[in-house]
This record gives sequence, structure tokens and C-alpha cells, in this order.
Amino acid sequence: MSELIRLSAADLAARLTAGEVSSVEVTQAHLDRIAAVDADVHAFLHVSDHALDIAADIDRRRGAGERLGALAGVPLAIKDVLVTTDMPSTSGSKILEGFLSPYDATVVARARAAGLVPLGKTNMDEFAMGSSTEHSAYGPTHNPWDLERIPGGSGGGSAAAVAAFEAPIALGSDTGGSIRQPAHVTGTVGLKPTYGGVSRFGAIALASSLDQVGPVSRTVLDSALLHDVIGGHDPHDSTSLTDVWPSFSEAARDGARGDVLKGLKIGVIRELPDSGFQQGVSACFRAALTLLESQGAEIVEVSAPHFEYGVAAYYLILPAEASSNLAKFDSVRFGLRVDVPGGTVEDVMARSRDVGFGDEVKRRIILGTYALSAGYYDAYYGSAQKVRTLIQRDFDTAFARVDVIATPSAPTTAFRLGEQLDDPLQMYLNDVTTIPVNLAGVPGISIPSGLAAEDGLPVGIQFIAPAREDARLYRVGAALEALLVDEWGGPLLDRAPLLREAR
Amino acid sequence: MRHLGVLARIDLSDEEVQRLTGQLDAIVDNIAKVSEVATPDVPATSHPIPLHNVFRPDVVGRMLSREEVLQNAPDAADGRFRVTAILGEEQ
Amino acid sequence: MAKDAVLDFDNALELFEPVLGFEVHVELNTATKMFSAAGNPAHADNHDAAPNTLVAPVDMGLPGSLPVVNETAVRYSISLGLALGCSIARSSRFARKNYFYPDLGKNYQISQYDEPIAFEGEVQIELSDGTVIDVPIERAHMEEDAGKLTHVGGATGRIQGAEYSLVDYNRAGVPLVEIVTKPIFGADHRAPEVAKAYVAAIRDIVLALGISEARMERGNLRCDANVSLRPRVPAGEPAAPLGTRTETKNVNSLRSVERAVRYEIQRQAAILAGGGTIVQETRHWHEDTGRTSPGRPKSDADDYRYFPEPDLLPVVPSEELIEELRTALPEAPALRRRRLKSDWGFTDLEFQDVANGGLLAEVEATVAAGTSPGAARKWWTGEVSRLANARGVEASSLVAPASIAALQHLVDAGTLNDKLARQVLEGVIAGEGTPQEVIDARGLAVVSDDGPLIAAIDEALAAQPDVLEKIRDGKVQAAGAVIGAVMKAMRGQADAARVRELVLERAGGS
Ligand SMILES: [Mg+2]
Ligand SMILES: [Zn+2]
Repeated sequence: MSELIRLSAADLAARLTAGEVSSVEVTQAHLDRIAAVDADVHAFLHVSDHALDIAADIDRRRGAGERLGALAGVPLAIKDVLVTTDMPSTSGSKILEGFLSPYDATVVARARAAGLVPLGKTNMDEFAMGSSTEHSAYGPTHNPWDLERIPGGSGGGSAAAVAAFEAPIALGSDTGGSIRQPAHVTGTVGLKPTYGGVSRFGAIALASSLDQVGPVSRTVLDSALLHDVIGGHDPHDSTSLTDVWPSFSEAARDGARGDVLKGLKIGVIRELPDSGFQQGVSACFRAALTLLESQGAEIVEVSAPHFEYGVAAYYLILPAEASSNLAKFDSVRFGLRVDVPGGTVEDVMARSRDVGFGDEVKRRIILGTYALSAGYYDAYYGSAQKVRTLIQRDFDTAFARVDVIATPSAPTTAFRLGEQLDDPLQMYLNDVTTIPVNLAGVPGISIPSGLAAEDGLPVGIQFIAPAREDARLYRVGAALEALLVDEWGGPLLDRAPLLREAR
Repeated sequence: MRHLGVLARIDLSDEEVQRLTGQLDAIVDNIAKVSEVATPDVPATSHPIPLHNVFRPDVVGRMLSREEVLQNAPDAADGRFRVTAILGEEQ
Repeated sequence: MAKDAVLDFDNALELFEPVLGFEVHVELNTATKMFSAAGNPAHADNHDAAPNTLVAPVDMGLPGSLPVVNETAVRYSISLGLALGCSIARSSRFARKNYFYPDLGKNYQISQYDEPIAFEGEVQIELSDGTVIDVPIERAHMEEDAGKLTHVGGATGRIQGAEYSLVDYNRAGVPLVEIVTKPIFGADHRAPEVAKAYVAAIRDIVLALGISEARMERGNLRCDANVSLRPRVPAGEPAAPLGTRTETKNVNSLRSVERAVRYEIQRQAAILAGGGTIVQETRHWHEDTGRTSPGRPKSDADDYRYFPEPDLLPVVPSEELIEELRTALPEAPALRRRRLKSDWGFTDLEFQDVANGGLLAEVEATVAAGTSPGAARKWWTGEVSRLANARGVEASSLVAPASIAALQHLVDAGTLNDKLARQVLEGVIAGEGTPQEVIDARGLAVVSDDGPLIAAIDEALAAQPDVLEKIRDGKVQAAGAVIGAVMKAMRGQADAARVRELVLERAGGS
């Protein structure tokens, strides 16, 4: 195992800039790692044939004295929800097997322009519907901490790739926690930006009013560096904000110095009682708060009475929007077609969609179709949109008193593969703390906060900030990360079991 | 459930209809609670960050070549997508 | 398909009161589409585009694609709303109308539902007898067009019996404004004419605004006609409730709108008079048979599951923008008609001839190009309309006003006589070029040199000595036979007046 794969993106960038290592060497090291461990982890659905060529081109340009982006030459894993011109994009679904997009997602185009080297496409729950990556049509991803356990979802592939040192950084997408919950269960970092902070153009839509693309990494600084590359206004996405964003990597570096914690007001939500969380999750959360307090932060109890309606509202809004967004997969222009002898196009569409979509996708499409159908709109979709307003108000009230809100990132550590597969309702509750953040459009970050005593598995802490205050999350996150790494004597992932490398 | 399958254009099998009906009942029971707090005085939020008047100038931009348009087509003829006979009419 | 019974139109009207309603779709001629930067096939630059060459990702519903609203389409829609006398919504938004159809790349149409851009207006229409009627407008909303299907196999090129269909997404995403009227009462016997005059009025408005080419035969303007009947009640009694309506689609010329409404009144009346009930359904108009046939019944499948389009944001036009567009509105077509009538000095009948033929713009443009109003009117309502009728197309689609002006100029200059001018017109319509090019190519100009005329006259007079006698005896009308012979010999390419002068001169023996 090359030591290059254990370096952060920031460290790799420094070595690349200094000319101590080439992008080809770094890329090769990661490709080797993928070859060695991905049969067990299954983080990737597709590994790029072009990575070494692209890396060589970056090396050549650097050699020619060209000024390159901060992350130029650093490999990047890309969640398969993002369309790419040089690799298939399936969103984890059979219905899109082999689909080749004629255009790149904006975030992918920006990553390419910044000199990042796409390594491949990562596994995910089909169309990002799930919290375990077990709903991928191409088989589950395994948690590098325990291959019998789930890596979270829907972005389990990106989180596992980063946790397994197959890629230093990755792109994810987060509709109800799909970046933060996998980060929590894999001991990695992930941030869901403010809605509109990162372009959705080229992200295969799940729920348009909830989806955000964001960074996945092993360190807070790395997420910030990637966020700097992909963020900012995109005229191809009407919901993209025109804000001029501060440098997130500067915010992370600034935060790592620790003084941000002095006088920082951290809200904890009264309505999220400890009893709802696995013991080790609560314990890690409390310990992190104590540590923050010891550095001068003030813990303030805030009330968010409508959080408890978040999951219900989410499971109306998401299926409703998804049922419409996924209508385009009809076998006419792209994707799977299952012929029906003697059938009409209507039969072919219905047959193709039945064969092409997995159970969870069908479940949500049917639920969304029901929620939108005549006579139910007001009771369901309309009401859910009102809950959104109420949750936003809860956040507004809380943020009038505190700078950030902290919650455990998810209720439990990684559960076993298959454990919740037959109980969709239980599965839906995995996102209880992450969902309100998407409903309100505010940013949230998950960083590792320790290992649960009872099972030795990673636990994350989530920080939430007001809309447009993503930089604050990098500051606070980097501050806590520095304290914890110091306390642990090294990154949490150093304690993950070594994966068996295939010869 | 059958009707929802027709609206959603999914050819559900009997087994699927049965299974989904049970699961949906449980889920709907759970999500119906949104109406408890969704009183008439609360406005609906359809976009988390409110914006308006986001427009594009009326200037021709990049289009796909016909090859790009058709590159994933399950079936094509004469530069167009080909589908089998259509039963229903235009809306 | 069994032929539906129809009741005599006058009988139908004695028994029932027709109630009309229209949905007119107008394709805007912006440079790009409603939600993408792809070229718009309804714009003059793109009429000849090959299938699937005017497509951006969102037009074919590619995964990951997103819509962005065309600012000019919004401005055009507001202008149209204002010209329809509508209020402009302070805030208006898009919604998704969900249904599966192969011409719809996303399997939902982005339209407007509960918050249209314009609402509550009124359009003045004028009937052939000069009556002015106010048609109440319910709303005008923005939406996108669907792609185009070609049905292959089967006998008719229709959807029924086709083996397979081909889909072209060029038209998908073309900006549309859908104008919906409120129910129109009191049209009675004039219902078919009201229908035609209403669609003509919409056409005149969008042409005046310059926001659409408004060519019905190209689908720039499409009319769905709603017709219902309710029994007449004796005066003083409360009106009967509205009857069940049918929506007739595909009515793609002014004449068809008129015919389709008339037919549907007669068909429904026959059913109701026979004690039957009307089925709420869409019906299709068949130009060839002059009948409608049943389409899709209204059903559960019409559950469109509308919800606010999450990929787009509200349109909130400022007061300044609305005022700017209001100030820039062209003269209202109704006012314009009054002005043109007095400018041209036409009689009521002459003017109605032009107006009812939908030829105001053509005559106006021809006059603007230097032709006298009378000559312009004669061309358009005469020969051009005759040729258009024979071909079953609109006169306006046949020839440009500039060509008519050029033609009349050549007549005024004596280069063409009426007969030759008609031949030249046919050449122009056949695509042989400008009038002058047709003249050159066909060698059609009037012979203005007297030499060949005199030779022909002398020959004709020599052949008919009795005629010569008669002329010399003062029976001047006898010259007609010689003139005819000369014109024939000249194959029409002579100025008959000049021939007459010369015949009398030669016969006079001077
Ligand atoms: Mg309609
Ligand atoms: Zn429409």
C-alpha cells in the first residue's frame, strides 16, 4: 500500500505543487488501491479509463509552468448521480445501465477545469433513495470499518471510497442526509451546502427542492477545498444563488486554529432527546459538546417543536417530486427498454419501468403519485410544504440565539447489511436529524466525533448554520476536528481495521 | 394501487400490488400527521431559499448534435426516436 | 366509423342555445425556446431545421437537465396579456402537468396552473355585418410545446393503425401562450362566425405585437373549440344549466374553426333532440370530411398531478416593466380596422370583404409598398384568394405583399395586362421568382411596339373583309372580332386598348 493514498487532498496538493510527486503517481496509487480493495468494498460502479491520461496532462501542464488550481492533479471520486461525458452515469439504477451523458454536470466540469482527476463513479442507492446503499441495482457497498455493515446512503460509495483510501475526496449529493449520514457511519467528513450554493445542473434529480451536491472527504479542510472548486453561481440552474462566497478553505484553516470556539453559542435541540439515539452515539455527542465547552463555547438549549414532523413532510415532498422527476425514464430516448410483443408504447413504458426500477424506487414513485393525485394534494403535498415553513421558522428562532446547532448526525452506528431492508419506515428514520436541514435549505456538516463504546464503530456530529453561512460550518468543524484529532493522537480513520489487499 | 400504477406507468405485478399496498398504508398513516400542524394560516414553502425573476437572455446557446441527441436511443430511424404503436392520443 | 346524425343548423338553433369556449395556443417567435437556449423552430431562422437538431438537454428530458426561463418569452407573454385586456399577475409561477406521452421529453409539461401570468381580459371581435362582440378572457398562461410525432404504417398516417411512430424533439420547448376564454353566451346563429372572428382577432393581435408568425397551417396558432348546447327556455324563466361540452382539437384554419363549430352544434343537437346525452370528450376535426370524430373520453387519466415546478422560481414583473410594455403596445386591431377603413376609403362591403378574408395585414402591406388601396384589395380578395381556396390554404401563405405590389406596378406601367398579370402571379406562387423574373423567364410582357401589332391587324382585317366594311360603315362594335383575332395572334401579350385604337385607325383607311 502506497503511503500516498493516506494523504489528505490538501497534503497531496502541496506535494504536487512542490513537484515532489506527480499526478500520475498519485492517480496510479489510488487506482492500485481500488484494484486491491474494491472487490470487497464495492465503492465504485465504474473506474475511469482516462484517469492516467488526464493526470499525465496535468503533469505536463504543470511542467510547462501553467498556473493550475489548488487541487490540480488530485484524484476525485464522483457519485454516479452526477452525469459525465467520459463515464457511464446510472444513478445506481438498472434503467440507466450504460447511459452516456452528452454533457457534464456543472460540478464535474468545474472539477475538470480545476485539474482534478476523475477516478470513477461511486455506488449509491438507486436514484439516491435510501440510507444504506443496499438499494443500488448493482449490489451494496460495504463499510470499510466492518464489511458486513452498511456504509450509509445514498452516497455510501463516495463515503466508503474515501474511508477505504480509494480516493482522497469525492462528490456526493444530499437530499435528506445522503452526504452526512454516510460520513457519520464511515468516520468521514461531508457537508451539504446551503440550497443553491452548488449547482444541481447535471445531478440526476431526486427531489429538486431538496437536492444539493456537496463534498465528501476525510478532513474538514479537504471538503472546504473541494467546495471552493464546485460552488458558486451557475446560470444553468435557476435555483443557484448569485452570492459571492467566501473562501471555504480559508475558513477551515482559520477554524483549525481554535479561537472560533471562544464565545461560540452552540444550540442543542430540546426535542431530540437522548433516548432516541444509540447509547454510544449519545455519549460521543455529549463528549464532543463538553470538549467544545472546555474551549469557551457556550451550549444553549433551543426549541424546534416542528422537527418531529420533518420525516413525515420529507416523505411526502420527496416522493412527490421524485415521481415527476423519474417520469423521464420511459424507454423512449434513453435507458432500458423492455419490449412487449404486440404491445403499445404505453405497455412498453410500463413494462420497462417495472423491470428497470427497484422496489424502493417503485415504492416512492407510487407514494408520490398518490400524494399528488387529485383530492389529496392539499392534505399531503400542500401540508408538507407548510411544515417546511414551520421548520424554517424553528431554525430562524433558534439562530436568533445561537451561532450553530449541533445534533448527532444519525441515530445509530452502521447497522448490518440487510437488517432494515424489509422495514422501510425504520429505514426512513435514519435521517431524522439530517432531514430538517434539507427542508429548510440551510447548510449542515458531519464530522467524526468518536467511536461508539458498545460496537467500536464511528459516530459523527452534525453542525447546522443559517442559510449562506457554510463558511461558519468549516470554521467550527475544523476547530472541533483539530481538538479531537489531538485527543485521539491521530485521525479517527487510523483506527479502522486494515482492509485485506488482494494480490 | 392499480390506478396509481397506471398513472405512474409502472406495470405492477399482483404480488407487487399486494406488498406495496401494505407498506403504503403504514407509511401513509405515519406521514398523514403533517396535517396536524399545517393550519390555513401557515404559508407553503416550495423553495427553501426564496428567489424570483431568474431569467435567461434570449440568445441561442449550445445545442446537442443529432448524434448526441440519439446516442442513447433504444431505437431510432430517420434521425428520430422510434417507438412502437401509440394507443392513447395527445393531451 | 359510422356517420353521426346532424340536425339542420337552423332547427338546432331553435331548440338549443350554443355556448362556446376556446383555448388558443400561440407559438412565440423568440430566438430560443421557453426553457432552453436551443434555437426555436417557430423563429424564421429555423424553419428548415432537420429533425432533432434544435435540441438542448432539457428539451429531451436528459437526466440532470434543468429549465431556465427565457426572458423575452416572459415579455412577449406580458405584452400579449395586456393586448388581451388582462391584468398581469403580481406573482406568477410555473407548475408541472404530469402525464406520459412520447412527445413529452420529461413526461411532464411545464405550464402554469393556479398562478397564470395574465387573467381576466376581454377581446373585441367584429362580425361580417359590423357587429362588435366582447369575448371574455379567463386567462393567458405560459407553457412549453411538445415534440412532433410522425406515425408510420397503417393507411392514413394517423395514430390509429400505425405500426410505429417517430419522435422529433425540435418543437419540444417552443414557448407557448395558451389563451383561455370564459364561456361565450349569446352567439346564437352567429356562433360559427364568432368562432372564426375570435381566432382571427387573436391572430391579428399577435401579428400586431410581432410575437408570433401566427401561421395556422404551420401550427403557430392552434385552436381547441369547446361547444355545448343547452335547451332554450321561454323568456322570463331561469336559463338552463350549461350542457356537457366537447373539445374539438386540431382546428388549423379560420375556415375550419367556423365549420367545426357549426358541425358540432348540429351533431350535438341531433343527439339531444333524439333524447341522448353528450359525452364529455375531446373530438378531432377532419378537414376532408368536414366532421369531427370522438377522441379520448375524459377519465381518471386526466389526473395531471399539478404541483409547483421546483426547478423554477416565481415571475414577479415590476410595475415599471408592465408600464413599459403597455406603452409599447401597438394599436388595438379593432381600432386599427376603423382607421384602415377610413384611410382606404372602402365601402362597408369592400372593407368586410378584406377583413373577413383575414387580409387586412396583406392589403395594408401592399398599400404601404405603393399600390392603390383599390388595386390591393382586388388582388387579395380576388385572384389570390381564388388560388388559395383552390389549394385549400390561407391567402396570406401564398404570396408576399411585396410581390403583389410589384405586379400591380407592372400593370400600371403597361408592361402587363390583367391576363398576363394573373399568369405572372401563378409563376410567382409556383416559386419561379419575382414578377420580373417570371416575366423574363416566360417572356410574358405586353408588346408595346406598334410594328408587330399593325402587321397583325392588317392581316386580320384582310382575312375579314366584311368586318372592315362594317367598321367603315360606322359599326364600330364590329371591331371586337378583329381585336380578338389580334390578341389571339399576339398570344395575349398585347394591350387590348392600344389594339383597339390601332384597328380603328387602320380601318379608317387614313
Ligand atoms: Mg387545452
Ligand atoms: Zn396548453
